[in-house]
Amino acid sequence: MSEEIKTLTISVYTENNIGLLNRISAIFQRRHINIESLTTSQSEIENVNRFVIVVNITETQAKKIVGQIEKQVEVIKAYYHDDHETIYTESCMFKIKSNLLFDEPQIQNIIKESNTRIVTVNKEFFVLEKSGRRHEIEALRKELNVFGIMQFVRSGRIAVTKDEMKITELLAEIKN
Amino acid sequence: MNTETMETNKTAATKTERITGCEAIIRCLIEEGVDILYGYPGGAIMPVYDELFKYQGKIHHVLTRHEQGAAHAAQGYARISGKVGVAMATSGPGATNLVTGIADAQIDSTPLVCITGQVPSHLLGSDAFQETDIVGISTPVTKWNHQVTKAEDIPEVLAKAFYIARSGRPGPVLIDITKDAQFQEFDFSYKKCTGIRSYTPAPKINLESLRAAAELINNAKKPLIVWGQGVILGEAEEELKAVIEKSGVPAAWTILGASAIPTSHPLNVGMVGMHGNYAPNKLTNECDVLIAIGMRFDDRVTGDLNTYAKQAKVIHFDIDPAEIDKNVKTDIAVLGDCKESLALLLKELNANSHEDWHQEFKDLYKIEYEKVIKSDLLPEKEGLTMGEVLKEINSQTKGNAAIVSDVGQHQMIACRYAEFNKTKSNITSGGLGTMGFALPAAIGAKMAKPDREVVAIIGDGGYQMNIQELGTIFQQEVPVKIVVLNNEFLGMVRQWQQLFFDKRYASTEMTNPDFVTIAKGYHINAKRVTKREELADAVQEMIASKSSYFLEVCVEKEDNVFPMIPSGASVSDIRLS
Repeated sequence: MSEEIKTLTISVYTENNIGLLNRISAIFQRRHINIESLTTSQSEIENVNRFVIVVNITETQAKKIVGQIEKQVEVIKAYYHDDHETIYTESCMFKIKSNLLFDEPQIQNIIKESNTRIVTVNKEFFVLEKSGRRHEIEALRKELNVFGIMQFVRSGRIAVTKDEMKITELLAEIKN
Repeated sequence: MNTETMETNKTAATKTERITGCEAIIRCLIEEGVDILYGYPGGAIMPVYDELFKYQGKIHHVLTRHEQGAAHAAQGYARISGKVGVAMATSGPGATNLVTGIADAQIDSTPLVCITGQVPSHLLGSDAFQETDIVGISTPVTKWNHQVTKAEDIPEVLAKAFYIARSGRPGPVLIDITKDAQFQEFDFSYKKCTGIRSYTPAPKINLESLRAAAELINNAKKPLIVWGQGVILGEAEEELKAVIEKSGVPAAWTILGASAIPTSHPLNVGMVGMHGNYAPNKLTNECDVLIAIGMRFDDRVTGDLNTYAKQAKVIHFDIDPAEIDKNVKTDIAVLGDCKESLALLLKELNANSHEDWHQEFKDLYKIEYEKVIKSDLLPEKEGLTMGEVLKEINSQTKGNAAIVSDVGQHQMIACRYAEFNKTKSNITSGGLGTMGFALPAAIGAKMAKPDREVVAIIGDGGYQMNIQELGTIFQQEVPVKIVVLNNEFLGMVRQWQQLFFDKRYASTEMTNPDFVTIAKGYHINAKRVTKREELADAVQEMIASKSSYFLEVCVEKEDNVFPMIPSGASVSDIRLS
């Protein structure tokens, strides 16, 4: 009986220390698990960082991974959630030749219909930015690809969970 | 360092003194109660050695002959004493040579603080002479590591290092200190670390799970305890003994759990695992409740997980939440420090004796005795067996010796047959299986506990992996007793070649030097035994010796260690021949 592989979002609250990224990514590497995306940033709490890691693994694997992550001295707490339990988004940017904006009127329609934002326009190129789900970004990329894209870049997933994580309470409890 | 994390160390206003970073390192070690450290000097750590010279009366530095020796010696020190072992090395190769010992300490949960020198901070990342990214290299094999580039961080970081190494599930910590930080002056004050907000050393015991566990044990017909090193690390030997004696539950041990309960205890039913005893392995698959205490269901213990204790309810006592359900699905997990949880469990347990169930262990022991143990300990053939050497050492040390073993056949024989009266007496490389461990580990063990008899049991292969440490034994006058069981083979690999590779003995036969001459070259008393009638006298001479002693015993070349659970087989399929 093989368990279903799911796209899971692992959220990790940590101290902000050099080397922790290495320590956490090594946990995945050692188990031959590919990280689909990894984003780190400041969290809602001052001096606490948050990792958002997306992986395709089984829940059994996720439980073990979260255990190994939490075992790291500088990790405050780790969780995993599936797509139904999180609100998530990615963002992307396109750099495209400026003349296309005028030669290919279809591009303007694409921009309008997909709620894509124009970040900047100059004589040589213009830059588009869009946030959304992966399939929306992929659809946009395919549409624009017809006209030629100078550069494309997409960020990792960022996600907030529907459930509370109660990190502030946890930290208060530790302090007392 | 993050300011919040360090807050715990800064609360009390303490007097300060202006000193250098390197002096601060020594002062921190003294504050942490370090009396001995093991190491090897070199460019990037020289300022610290210069300070060690000044502090000679207060802290004893042991110059090993290789940094790997320093790491293992620190492990031996930690394993026998329960204190944090300290090893020191220079940058680059000095630091990388520590790595095997650090990895060994990580997998065997040994508290270690390793201090490495590093090139000056302005050279970091420039491929400077003897620069290596030891923090990067050691990350997967340390409980925590950190690089210090400013002298003022030294006291806080070292306080944290000792706290992390010894608390909760112990482990190795590496602190890399740049040479400029060693030279800098700053206002020194020291405060021990008592907590880190992101780190919970021992989870709180859940009383509901504890009661559920007790109920399961009380209602069990065929319960079996398997304890591991957690009992020794948690100093819960008395609590475990009380639990076993009240509940009457047969108790077996993993290789690192050995010696927590005396070998002769009637409820001690022996070792589990690949070369463990027949009864506890077989009956693992017949018990109705399996109670794992401070052990981690290593693959060498469980064999095939799909056929491991499937009929049993599993209770797991552990301090490390990541161990629960890692390998074996647990029905009831009792997290926390086992010294506390076992004491609480005791109150909930009913008195029982499980006589019929014990009889099953006795019956299987008889089979093992007839088919394996008798010929190991009382051989009728001409060649000497490893088992009879252990038997002789047992009888002459009366089971009071600490046995430090290396890795291979002799290790399995030592763990199977050594008799222990005292805890913390079985020092061996369990998880990593590091050949070369025993000789330096024995040095550390003997120096930590000079009043104890320390006997290193080593194979001819592993002995030659760190044989240079004879120099340390000679220079430091460490009265360790070294027994090399020489079968002129890498015996365990040869055994596998015989059983699973049609006797193709690829690169396992060893043409050995004259070990006695080598020992004598280091001015260590030495003797070689080749005949049974010489053995008792030689062991007696060794044990009676006030100084270090080397005894080579030439044993049968192609003996095998049984019982054996072939790799990947079920514990039920344990072989007696």
